[in-house]
Order: sequence, then C-alpha cells, then structure tokens
Amino acid sequence: MSATAATGGFVPGDRGRVGMACLIFTESAFFSIFLVAYLFYIGKSATGPQPAQVLDLPVLATVCLLSSSGTIAVALKSLGSGHIARFLVAWGLTIALGVAFLGFTAQEWQRLITVDGLTLRTNLFGTTFYSLVGFHAAHVLLGVLMMTSVALLALTGRVNSEHAPRVELVGWYWHFVDAVWLAVLTVVYVLGR
Amino acid sequence: MSSADLPLHASVEVPPAISWTDRLHGWVATVDHKRLGVLYVASGLVFLLVGGSQASMMRMQLFYAGNDLLSPEVFNRFFTVHGTSMVFFVGMPLVIGIANYLLPLMIGARDMAFPRLNAWGFWMFLFGALLFYFSYVGADGLYGAGTAPDVGWFAYSPLTGKAFSRGNSTDYWVLGILVAGFGSISAAINMIATTLTMRCRGMTLGRMPLFVWMMLVVSWLILVAMGPLTAAQVMLLFDRFLGAHFFDTQAGGDAVLWQHFFWFFGHPEVYILIIPGFAYASEIIPVFSRKVIFGYPVMVAATCAIGLLSLGVWAHHMFVVGLGKGVTSWFVVATMLVGVPTGIKIFNWIGTIYGGKLHFRVPMLFCTAFLFQFLIAGLTGIMLAAAPFDWQLSDSYFVVAHFHYVLIGGLVFTIFAAIYYWFPKVTGRMLSERLGRWHFWLFVVGFQLTFTTMHAQGLLGMPRRIYTYSADRNWEIWNQITTTGVLFQALGIAVFVCAIFHALRRGEPAGDDPWNAWTLEWSTSSPPPEYNFAEEPEVKSRRPLWDLKHPDDPDWRHE
Repeated sequence: MSATAATGGFVPGDRGRVGMACLIFTESAFFSIFLVAYLFYIGKSATGPQPAQVLDLPVLATVCLLSSSGTIAVALKSLGSGHIARFLVAWGLTIALGVAFLGFTAQEWQRLITVDGLTLRTNLFGTTFYSLVGFHAAHVLLGVLMMTSVALLALTGRVNSEHAPRVELVGWYWHFVDAVWLAVLTVVYVLGR
Repeated sequence: MSSADLPLHASVEVPPAISWTDRLHGWVATVDHKRLGVLYVASGLVFLLVGGSQASMMRMQLFYAGNDLLSPEVFNRFFTVHGTSMVFFVGMPLVIGIANYLLPLMIGARDMAFPRLNAWGFWMFLFGALLFYFSYVGADGLYGAGTAPDVGWFAYSPLTGKAFSRGNSTDYWVLGILVAGFGSISAAINMIATTLTMRCRGMTLGRMPLFVWMMLVVSWLILVAMGPLTAAQVMLLFDRFLGAHFFDTQAGGDAVLWQHFFWFFGHPEVYILIIPGFAYASEIIPVFSRKVIFGYPVMVAATCAIGLLSLGVWAHHMFVVGLGKGVTSWFVVATMLVGVPTGIKIFNWIGTIYGGKLHFRVPMLFCTAFLFQFLIAGLTGIMLAAAPFDWQLSDSYFVVAHFHYVLIGGLVFTIFAAIYYWFPKVTGRMLSERLGRWHFWLFVVGFQLTFTTMHAQGLLGMPRRIYTYSADRNWEIWNQITTTGVLFQALGIAVFVCAIFHALRRGEPAGDDPWNAWTLEWSTSSPPPEYNFAEEPEVKSRRPLWDLKHPDDPDWRHE
C-alpha cells in the first residue's frame, strides 16, 4: 500500500480496501478480548459441565468453513475474468458451506443446551463459550447475508467483472471470519479441552 | 496578505433566500465533511458546557467542609456523568470534528473517503450521547432505583453487577458509550482511508502536515482501543441482561479483568485525546513563530512511538490492585518510556519557537500555556508512574489534578487555540482578539487556581470522589481556592461564548489566509466552497503556500 501511496497512484477502489482492512483490524481487537477472556477463565468454572465433558472437535464444521475460503477465492477469480456462471456456482457453494457451518453450530448448541444443560448462565465456561462462539457465528451469518445479497444481484445480471474489486471486499471479510474460526478452534476446542 | 480568488467570494456572499426548514434539512441530511465537522464541534461544545456545569456544582458542594448542597447520590451521579461526558461526548467529538473539517482540506481532497459513513458516525455519536443523558429521565427501571449512572466513568466491577447497580442507570452508561463508540470507529476508518488514498498530487506521506500524521496515529489508536471497549461493554451487558458471569465474582468471575479490559481501552484513549492537542500545537506554533516546525521527521517518529508504547501501559491505572512485582515493574518502565517521545515533542515545539519571530495572537497564547501546563502534566505523570508513589496517591486529588492538567491544560487549551486559529477559515470571520485575550487570561488564571491547588489536596490525603469532608482535615482552604478558580474558568467560557456569537454577527471578515499560514486549507476561500478546491492542488513541499508566496525561495529546494 505504501509503495503506491508514495507515487500517489491510487485508483478509486482502494479506499474500500483500506476501509475494509481497518474494519477487520478493529474487529480483530474485538475478538481478541473475547479470546483473552476465554483463555483467562479456562478451568475456573465453579460448577460443571466442563469443556472436556461436553465439547467435541467440530471437524465437519471446520472443513466446511475452511474450504469455503477456497471456493470464494475461485469465485472472485472467475468474476475478475468475467466468467459469471462459474462465479455464481462457486459463490453459491461458498454460501452453502457457510450455511452448513451455521447448521453444525446450531446442532452443537442444541445438544449442549438440551442434553448437557449448558447455557450462558450455567458457569464461566458457558458464559465465555457462547459469547465467543456466538459472536463468531454472528459474523458468519453476516457474511452469508452479504454474499446472498451479491448473489441476488448477480442472478439478476447486475454483477459483472467491473464490480470485482468491490465484491473482493466481501471475500476479505469472509477470509477474516475464517481466520477468526481458526483462533476460536485453537482456543476453545484444542487448548480449552 | 491574500489577494486572489475575488470571484469566488462574490458568489459566497449572496446566498439565495432559503427557508429555515430547508436549511435544517440541509444540516440533518448533510454528508459534507465540513458541515459534519461543524456539527461535531458544536455538539461537543454544548456537552462541554453541560459537563462543566456538573463540575461547577461539585465544586460548590466541596466549598465548605460538611456542605449539604448536593446529596451523596447526586454527587456520585455528577462525577460519573461529568467524567463520561467529558471523555466520550466532549473530547471525542471535538477532536474528531476538527479533524473531520480539516483533514481533507489539508491533503487537498474533495471530501472524506466515505461521506455517508461519516454522517452515520456523527449521528451515532450524538444519539449515543443523548441516550446516555436520557438516563436522567428514563433509567428508573422497574425498581425506581437511581436515575443517571453513578458508577464512576470507569465503572468498576462488581459495582456494575446487577446486584449492586439496580435499575437501568448502568445500562444507559454502557449503551450510550457503545453507540457513540461505533461512531468513533467509523470516523477512524474514514480518516485512515482518506489519508491513505485521497491525497492530492505531490502530497507524499513525508509532506503531509503533522496534523494529518497525528490524526492518522489517533485513528490507529481508536481502532485498537475501541474494539476492546466494545467487547468489554458487551460482556457487561451479557452479565446484566442474560445472567452471564464475566465479572460476577460469585461465580468465579474476576472483577480485575474488567479493569484490565477497561484500561486497555482507557489508556490509549488518553492519547486519542491528547495527540490531537499535539496536532493543533504543531500547526499553530510554527505559523506564529514564523518558522518551519523543528524536526518534522522526529515529530512523526515520536507520534508513532507514542502510538505503539501507549498500548503497553494500561495497568499503571491499577497499581493499587496489587499486580505482583514483575507486572508492576513492566508497567512502571513502559509508562516512563512514553515520557521519552512526549518529551521529544516538547523540545521540538520549543525548538520551533527558539529564534522565531513570535506573534502572540490568541491561538499562540493558548499554545504557550499548553506547553507549560502539559510539561507539568507530564511530570506528575512520571511521578505517578513510579508504583510506590502511586500506591500512596492513587485515587487522591493528586491524580485528579494530573489528568485535568492533561485534558484541560493540554487538550482543552489547544482546542481553544485551534478554534481561534481555524474559526476564520470555517466562518469567514475573525474571532475578536480582545475578547480572546480576556478568555485566555480568565481561563489560564482559573485553571491554575483550580488544578494546581488540587495537587496539594491530594498530597494532604484527600481522596477523589468524596462528596464532603470534615473540617478538621484542613482541606477546606485548598478546596475554596479550587472552587474560586472555577468561577474564573466559567467567566472565561462565558467570554468565549460571547466571542463566538459576536464574531458570527459582526466579526471582521477574515479573507482566505488571515494568519499568513502555509498549509493547503488556507489556499481555498473562507468558508471553503462545498467542493473544497476548484482544481486539485499540487504540492511540492510541506509548506505549499510558502512555495506559492515565495517563488524565489521555495521550500522544496531545502527539504
């Protein structure tokens, strides 16, 4: 960025990139506080259930979300080169993978709440778990909504290669959501168990 | 001094008749960075009056030992609302608003990068502030307990828990700041994007005015600090509304964690507020010394150093918690380290003044007082950074004196300097020099009376936030001097308000460049047209207007 800044050779789309980068940065700061709280409270719950008793490694959900970063990259590349049909397929696949991830989370939460009796109120584990994983899931949901809007516009023929730089920003956001999941996975499902 | 652009003025002077509803609509619906800047600054000044009135009431209560003008409950609400207002609804909108107005002009841009986001940010700030103040009528909740928040501006846990803060007053504190915080974040994103992508031709990073550099660092700090504050506020909301246990000590939650989270925001926030003060001083001092700023690259480096170091010092607000030797030592050293780049800046301002041809107009007067007062604020800061000293004086009036020296002696003085300096650009009219001098001297005397004596009260052991004290503590005379100072400050503010209305009605026309200054905002008309610059400027040095005025000896030959 600074290299082009020195020559003053910015193209108008770049302000969006800087804005999205800043948003991602401050969101990272937001998430890091929830991660710190989670790490800080590991093993400090006064009552059960404890993470080791009720959490399973979410393999399928992780596979879905991580592979969606690949499909969105394919989608953006196709859009850039004007292959709208290929873009729509890869984009739709990304949405489906995001929705699948949310489905797995819902399934996990349902089991935790109804079978294991873990809620936000149960103990510190419940408090930190639902808020951290919940905020991540909320970001996934937001990403899915953004991608769905783009998909609807694309289906009505209003997205073409000249919009690639803008649509790319949705991709940035999606990669960020993915990266946050890696941190959540490490903290909650690996270190926290 | 300026002799160009006559046709522009002619078109500005004769506005077509528009109804007040159209005018109101224009202001409410505006996405123009200049109008939004004015809205920010105007609302910040209104909240300054409100917050100042609360402070004055508290000082009247403390005038006599055992006074009963304010009840303890009202006093608690006043210091909470005063502190919160001054930080979030006075400091933030003023520094963001001034930058909002000036930043695009200084880099030769048409507007901010995201004009609609800019408007959104302002309204988020304003409604956050109004939501907070609505607590006075709306916070009764179901319990009939409490009106405005009374938990202090840093709202320590577990005092904020549902069990100890009944009713909704604390929720208004959380939500008001949360909403306003979204506004601050959007403003920071906007400032960074504008600075990085919208500079005019030739405006390299190394040629940007120091003001722009410093606001860039401030924006970075907002991004780093506001996210965590938002997270902590959300946790508190979860605790209060959903029965979570983040700060619930009964369920193993940790009250000290709140302090860490809050001050991880809170200390960068101090720099978010004071670096803009440095920014104004760095623009004003050179112009009234008729010299270039001394050590421009070092100033930039020092600002960046502050922007990094200030992230690692937050726990110096928490020495009395008992952090253990290792952690305490780290925060002592880190805090003292921040003094180094800050000291460098003071030397650079002095270096700029040294040998200059000084013009003590009102902006320069305020900047000069700032230099002295901010030096003292820094020195007491270093004293408080020493943990054993802090153990003795934490939560005493010494601390109150220290941070009011920073925020009033440092920030408010430079904001006044900035307003006297840029008011002609914004309105096309000069503020009265005579009224300005009255304002300055009343305010500087009042400031010294009020806050210098607070150091003494602190050393004599007077804790902050007490609503009264007994006569045998020998604090009364100090408190009376302190309160007397408030009278002078209030008179100074009254003169300032008069000066503004006087200038708006019959101020002397300013012209484009009343101070014979050097940065780009002075090259367009006063007030600037909606499009800022008729054609995109091109700069070759840090002082483009110097180059224009002195084609025989332009700056770019020497930089």
